[in-house]
Amino acid sequence: MAEIKKREPLLSVRNMKVHFQVSAGDKAWPWAPKKTLKAVDGVSFDLYPGETLGVVGESGCGKSTLSRAILNLIPATDGEIVWMGKDLRQGTEKDWHAVRRDIQMIFQDPLASLNPRMTIAQIIGEPLRVHRPELSEADVMKRVRSMMAKVGLREQMINRYPHEFSGGQCQRIGIARALILEPKLIICDEPVSALDVSIQAQIINLLKELQREMGLALIFIAHDLAVVKHISDRVLVMYLGREMELAEKQALYEMPTHPYTRALLSAIPIPDPALERQKEIQILQGDLPSPINPPSGCVFRTRCPLAIEACGGEVPKLRPITDRTRAACIRA
Amino acid sequence: MSLLKVNDLGVQFQTHDGFVYAVNGVNFELDRGQTLGIVGESGSGKSQSVLAMMGLLAKNGRTTGEALYKGKNLLTMSPREMNRIRGDRVSMIFQDPMTSLNPYLTVERQMTEVLELHKNMTRKAAKKRAIELLEAVRIPEAARRIDMYPHEFSGGMRQRVMIAMALLCEPEVLIADEPTTALDVTVQAQILSLLKDLQRDFGTAIIMITHDLGVVAGLCENVMVMYGGRVMEYGSANDIFYHPSHPYTIGLLGALPRLDHEGGELMSIPGNPPNMANLPKGCPFSERCSFASEQCVNELPPLVPSTAGSTVLRACHRPAEQLAQLSEEVVHG
Repeated sequence: MAEIKKREPLLSVRNMKVHFQVSAGDKAWPWAPKKTLKAVDGVSFDLYPGETLGVVGESGCGKSTLSRAILNLIPATDGEIVWMGKDLRQGTEKDWHAVRRDIQMIFQDPLASLNPRMTIAQIIGEPLRVHRPELSEADVMKRVRSMMAKVGLREQMINRYPHEFSGGQCQRIGIARALILEPKLIICDEPVSALDVSIQAQIINLLKELQREMGLALIFIAHDLAVVKHISDRVLVMYLGREMELAEKQALYEMPTHPYTRALLSAIPIPDPALERQKEIQILQGDLPSPINPPSGCVFRTRCPLAIEACGGEVPKLRPITDRTRAACIRA
Repeated sequence: MSLLKVNDLGVQFQTHDGFVYAVNGVNFELDRGQTLGIVGESGSGKSQSVLAMMGLLAKNGRTTGEALYKGKNLLTMSPREMNRIRGDRVSMIFQDPMTSLNPYLTVERQMTEVLELHKNMTRKAAKKRAIELLEAVRIPEAARRIDMYPHEFSGGMRQRVMIAMALLCEPEVLIADEPTTALDVTVQAQILSLLKDLQRDFGTAIIMITHDLGVVAGLCENVMVMYGGRVMEYGSANDIFYHPSHPYTIGLLGALPRLDHEGGELMSIPGNPPNMANLPKGCPFSERCSFASEQCVNELPPLVPSTAGSTVLRACHRPAEQLAQLSEEVVHG
């Protein structure tokens, strides 16, 4: 860990904001001024080569928007995205094109993210045709075959269409497509949440193995903290578009410092009857506030068991709590 | 007489390629205040077995065996009799609250309808009762919210509305089909604690269908593990979680990333989920089982006590002793 830290970060995200203009509500006049939905509101982190950063949070916390903004699939409103020392938000569409060769993505719904009218040979080879037009067709097919073997797809499947595969196999195709350009970073947006437990384990093991072999960095987005624990080196916890806690894995799971992280961890059912029945669950009261009209100060304060008046004042910034943990909480 | 007794329940679907045997030979008993967890992956037949009991199978489905509610067979009941029991004595919560609530009707209309039908209540009395139930499931400002439409509620709230609706007539059996799968973990924790309270207060028997072993561990006394339409293992939660003896149960527990263990490599189960239209002749899990022998492929293992006199039932040709070491490793991480 310490060794990695000394290296230059692969990706630095600084104070990223993604805001959407949305209509003022069902009952508003069409000409009423639009409101701002703050999907991601000031997120910063560094990612080092070969590292896995887990991003967790519940629906609506902005984790998927964050991942898409890194690739400019949804343009960020503000902030910096520094990729290997170069600020991408100043760059042109051409620069982005080059970057997308190094940053690939794996999506949640394995079947919906594959074109139903392309064979898997075409699907897996497509990134090569776009980014490496100089390669001959024979070369492309050679690489497709070797990639298929790597992700555990049999060669005779090469001319089949996506609907002929199970969910787990489709996710393998998605992984093959992402890896064929030999990227440096893969953003995985809930890659296993649509899969059955036994298949989920296959895919997680495959990702870990390929990461070791190819020295990939991963941003692993998930709502399942147990999966994230298994695969990550560091974990970022988000809530309503803001960062709550950023910590090394061990520290986060053994000693969570932010009250939201604690509530989140306590809510996960443990497959051990004795532990699960005696464990104390911090039930969060109420519902997620609207991201159009978030609470002032700390966005979590409306549901936080530790909230005091001062929490409504200034927006808390991530600050070091221990040498391995940073949390955005004045009470931590 | 037990509240619910299921004997050799089977579900078949007629398709263009012949019959698909979705559920085979399911047996269990449920008494007042008990909780049974049915665990399995997609296509294991866990949902179809309870839909069959509720008379809610698709048109091309048919059932064999019996499901006795207080001695009366639910599977052969006339629709009229079924309607009297369903929603009143036995009710169900579905996975997706948005598609199980009627978007055109207010929550009030959907809830009062149940009481008017089953309890002959007036609309006014029914509304009062409905508000009480919404308060019981901790919906804030229930009296105001009851006149809203389903789309005006958040996902967790909608699921709570579904639970309130299922509990309107104080059913003796509550069947919950993946009630928290679509919800966030913190909301899931709210719903599960609610179900536990309701069970304590009303003595409702619960059948909990889920793929999440953690949910089962916290809520259920007995656990049934299904694969390929058959019961692989059945026993108390302690037996299943601390001494799993079927290769599939062991595999499932080993495949789970866990908060309470240090992570090495996950034990993955090789292969793909079974094709229900084309199951192996023998054990449905034999294709993916690392312990499978010739016998497993050709001969269906019966569901029998794991050792003489044991309450754990398992369907496996391999003796439990041969798996004990692996079982031990999986349980203790």
